[in-house]
Amino acid sequence: MSLLEFFLSHNREIGSLALEHLWFVGVSIVLAVVIGIPLGILLTRRPGWKPVVLGGSNVVQTIPSLALFGLLLPLPWLGARADRLTITALTLYALLPIIRNTFAGISAIDAPVREAAIGMGLNSRQLLWHVELPLASPVILAGVRVAMVITIGVATIAAAIGAGGLGELIFRGVAMVDTNVILAGAIPAALMALFADLSLGFVQRVVQYPKR
Amino acid sequence: MSTPAGISIEFANVFYRADGSRDLISDLNLTIRAGEVFMLLGRSGSGKTTTLKLINRLLTPTQGRVDVNGTPNDQWDLIKLRRQIGYAIQEVGLFPHYTAAQNVGLIPRLEGWEKTKVRSRTEEVMRLVGLPPDQFSDRYPSQLSGGERQRLGMARALAADPPILLMDEPFGALDPLTRARLQADFRQLQQTLHKTVVFVTHDIGEALLLGDHIALMEKGRVRGVYTPREFLNSAEPHVQEYLEAFRVNQQILRSEQ
Repeated sequence: MSLLEFFLSHNREIGSLALEHLWFVGVSIVLAVVIGIPLGILLTRRPGWKPVVLGGSNVVQTIPSLALFGLLLPLPWLGARADRLTITALTLYALLPIIRNTFAGISAIDAPVREAAIGMGLNSRQLLWHVELPLASPVILAGVRVAMVITIGVATIAAAIGAGGLGELIFRGVAMVDTNVILAGAIPAALMALFADLSLGFVQRVVQYPKR
Repeated sequence: MSTPAGISIEFANVFYRADGSRDLISDLNLTIRAGEVFMLLGRSGSGKTTTLKLINRLLTPTQGRVDVNGTPNDQWDLIKLRRQIGYAIQEVGLFPHYTAAQNVGLIPRLEGWEKTKVRSRTEEVMRLVGLPPDQFSDRYPSQLSGGERQRLGMARALAADPPILLMDEPFGALDPLTRARLQADFRQLQQTLHKTVVFVTHDIGEALLLGDHIALMEKGRVRGVYTPREFLNSAEPHVQEYLEAFRVNQQILRSEQ
């Protein structure tokens, strides 16, 4: 059976696994953005917390993904459901680039721009919304973009704990030594990553203000 | 245009020291009258910018007090104080992600002005500083020349019509011709606006041209306050030093002609 035939005959299964994959990635990225951007902002206000927060998320990032799934498994509430665990692990992976880029993006703003804003009488909330976030947004988006691509890749590991997603096909293909099955999981995952990368890259260019 | 008369600023025995350093400002006493242009003249590191930042409380004195309109500035609501004070610094302080009009209109918008009023005021001040709105409103700071950026900084500082203007070497980064034109425009503008202006410069020519009073600063202290005429006629050695440097260049030029 050719690869194309396999895709056609298994289109329903591939489709639903891809949707599951997308669901994991989507929920994790939203969570990571909701947690990560405020944490990154917090670091710009309390630089003392930097070693703890950035160090902590750095450590998470160094744990091999398969091991992270395994380590979370025995935890009481998390380990109870495979999708819960998957989303937690993916969120943890996505956090570092988002926190780091939020912090870096805001820190990189020219000191005179910030000083002019404060001197003109912007309070700290106005400073954040009118100056810091807009100016940092290309860098923050770059972080989200990296997080997205990482998460799409790592989500294939979720199949190892029975959570589903496109990894299901990859693991099955490896067990069956069937290239078609592996590719049926790998190609959609790769396309997904590529598409996410391109579309966020586009958004990034749109929010970029003109530079000299 | 509505022009509330400028308001006065007074420094009383002000000292300022950044954490763990020597005094950057020592025993500063100054009276800046409503509606005058007050120049802070001195070399780099003499404490001019620090003095300026003590007025809008970007820095807080370690000792002494700074009165704005007769009220110690630490008794003002901080945001309200700063909104009374236009702040223009060397060109880099513009918001690069905002167009010229958005830069100018930000404070009026934050003050809750109506959209049409923000717009008309923005156009008014842009015209005032020589940036025709139909030509410049939609440009980003990166799309302006150095002189235009500086004018935009002025327009932004003037937008909410504050009684006080703080200007930190606003023309410092400009070529001599552009600088001369902006200085002339500033002089003319001030004759109609009558703001209380505190102006930092290290350029003695600029100080003499624009100032009603000139405070000569050295190592965080004020060596003296002079009118331009007094400054030119002063026999004090530290003033002479400045005038000497100023004249030597002119003599060199003359002798070479």
